[in-house]
Amino acid sequence: MNKVKHNPLNLAFAHVALITYTIIALFPVIVILINSFKTRKAIFRDPLSLPNSDSFTMVGYETVFKQGDFLQYFQNSMIVTVVSLFFILLFGAMAAFALAEYRFKGNTLMGLYLAIGIMIPIRLGTVAILQIMVAGGLVNTLTALILVYTAQGLPLAIFILAEFMRQVSDDLKDAGRIDGLSEYRIFFVLVLPLVRPAMATVAVFNMIPIWNDLWFPLILAPGEATKTLTLGSQVFIGQFVTDWNAVLSALSMAILPVMILYIIFSKQLIRGITSGAVK
Amino acid sequence: MGSLSLRNVHKSFGSVEVLTDINLEVEEGEFVIFVGPSGCGKSTLLRIIAGLEDASSGDVLIGDSRVNTLPPSDRGIAMVFQTYALYPHLTVRKNMSLGLKQAKKSPEYIEERVGIAADMLELTPYLDRRPAELSGGQRQRVAIGRAIVRNPKLFLFDEPLSNLDAALRVNTRLEIANLHRELQSTIVYVTHDQVEAMTLADKIVVLQAGRVEQVGSPMDLYNDPDNLFVAGFIGSPAMNFLDAKLFDLPAEVKTIGLRPESISLADTGKITGKVSHLEHLGADTNVYVKVREHLITVRIPGQTDYEIGSTVQLDFKPDDLFRFDKDDKRVR
Ligand SMILES: Nc1ncnc2c1ncn2[C@@H]1O[C@H](COP(=O)(O)OP(=O)(O)OP(=O)(O)O)[C@@H](O)[C@H]1O
Ligand SMILES: [Mg+2]
Repeated sequence: MNKVKHNPLNLAFAHVALITYTIIALFPVIVILINSFKTRKAIFRDPLSLPNSDSFTMVGYETVFKQGDFLQYFQNSMIVTVVSLFFILLFGAMAAFALAEYRFKGNTLMGLYLAIGIMIPIRLGTVAILQIMVAGGLVNTLTALILVYTAQGLPLAIFILAEFMRQVSDDLKDAGRIDGLSEYRIFFVLVLPLVRPAMATVAVFNMIPIWNDLWFPLILAPGEATKTLTLGSQVFIGQFVTDWNAVLSALSMAILPVMILYIIFSKQLIRGITSGAVK
Repeated sequence: MGSLSLRNVHKSFGSVEVLTDINLEVEEGEFVIFVGPSGCGKSTLLRIIAGLEDASSGDVLIGDSRVNTLPPSDRGIAMVFQTYALYPHLTVRKNMSLGLKQAKKSPEYIEERVGIAADMLELTPYLDRRPAELSGGQRQRVAIGRAIVRNPKLFLFDEPLSNLDAALRVNTRLEIANLHRELQSTIVYVTHDQVEAMTLADKIVVLQAGRVEQVGSPMDLYNDPDNLFVAGFIGSPAMNFLDAKLFDLPAEVKTIGLRPESISLADTGKITGKVSHLEHLGADTNVYVKVREHLITVRIPGQTDYEIGSTVQLDFKPDDLFRFDKDDKRVR
């Protein structure tokens, strides 16, 4: 790392800017968290105050656990997110490797074709997707969601990962070939560890939209057994009455797993293991 | 029996022809060096021998069997890369043994081979470290060790020293020379450093723009170059080239060449010029003399001094003159 002498004024300015950003970004999360522990009256009377002995209540959480099968929803969201991410990373990395590593006819064209999905929102195809799922008997299954999310995530994953894989030393792969490693071993053993930070980036980018999505669960898997957390929380938002305690509690709990996943991936983001591989 | 033969090898990337009709015989135990300017196709040729790249046409034979379609790991070769290309997540020991493990050799055999190579390269204390914990020179030795362990019929080196600093480069060069003496193995080595080429090679192959210009021992190339390119490429400082019209020579001669070390500065000489620059190297002095539009390098043993701008006479023996025709071919 290069050590440039920082102007203290610049440093202070950078800190002020970053701290302001942090506050703005965290504000809604904190408001949700503190209000989830308050009575309905207290939420509306003074939404920014912390819960005190008067206003503290767990009624929101109690409702959430009584009504509906929240653990089930939780599990569904978790399965859909984790499995989709797994497939996005696996297939995305494999396709990226092929595009980056092999010279074949139509390589560039294939790369472009795979990248088009970045620009065209997958929701435009909802009707066709629904028809396919009905025909395949996949409506009201988690499989349907996993397939759609995998398709949705692949274009950007391939685009980013291919760029990173082009930067992996050719000599390293060739050394592996001379040592008799198969192309699969070269991919899994030599290349994947070196693009781990890029994989983590892709995972983080894909995780949040999948976790928060309401559209596809509502259309493809609205059944009780396959409801995701986001869809499940909607029961508390009625046309006339909304149970704010329950909504806020459900949201608070929905934040947790994403945070845990994020922490896992962000460790990878920072870890540089490439040093020493090549000069 | 040859150890490596290339027969009419061509290589094109798309419509660009990178290698044209390469023919080469390498004997058992020979140290062969490819030299040439950047981009002339040295690495590509080496990669074709290794099997990392397919030739567009022509045959590659290693130890008398045609290996065109064999994968690199079955060709009995080992390669050392310019960037070391060590596996970053494996220890030195595992880096060196991966190839043998992949070839399903017994653990005792692997242990023995790694031991021998580590001894030879003084790497034993570092066997359990990772590449990141080694210096540049040590990394390059590990890369060489990884090649030795495989006990190959043919070693391939692609500019192995160019990432090392000057002092380390000399040391590693000696080490490679020793290695060749000890192992008696056949080595094909790519470099664009002609000192490396002159000091290590049994046989030098000079390449330019994808063609072989000349093949021969270092002294053959120095004393008897076939053409202007080889004459200019081998030798340092480079040969001086002058318009033949300055001299009384047969009409077919277009250019003449003179090595800096075969010119002397005398009171009476064949050409007159003005001193334009001096380089003091201690053992030698390089004097740059302006003769009409040419700048001629003269290498004088020992330490001498001339005033910049003073007029000097250049002298040389007629036998030291190299003559080239209009196609840059040597006129003998
Ligand atoms: N994969 C490729 N696709 C297209 N052209 C290539 C490819 N690899 C090499 N070339 C071209 O082939 C020519 C020879 O390249 P090569 O790497 O063999 O040169 P080199 O002699 O090793 O040069 P250097 O001394 O700089 O390493 C270059 O002009 C290069 O641009
Ligand atoms: Mg090269």
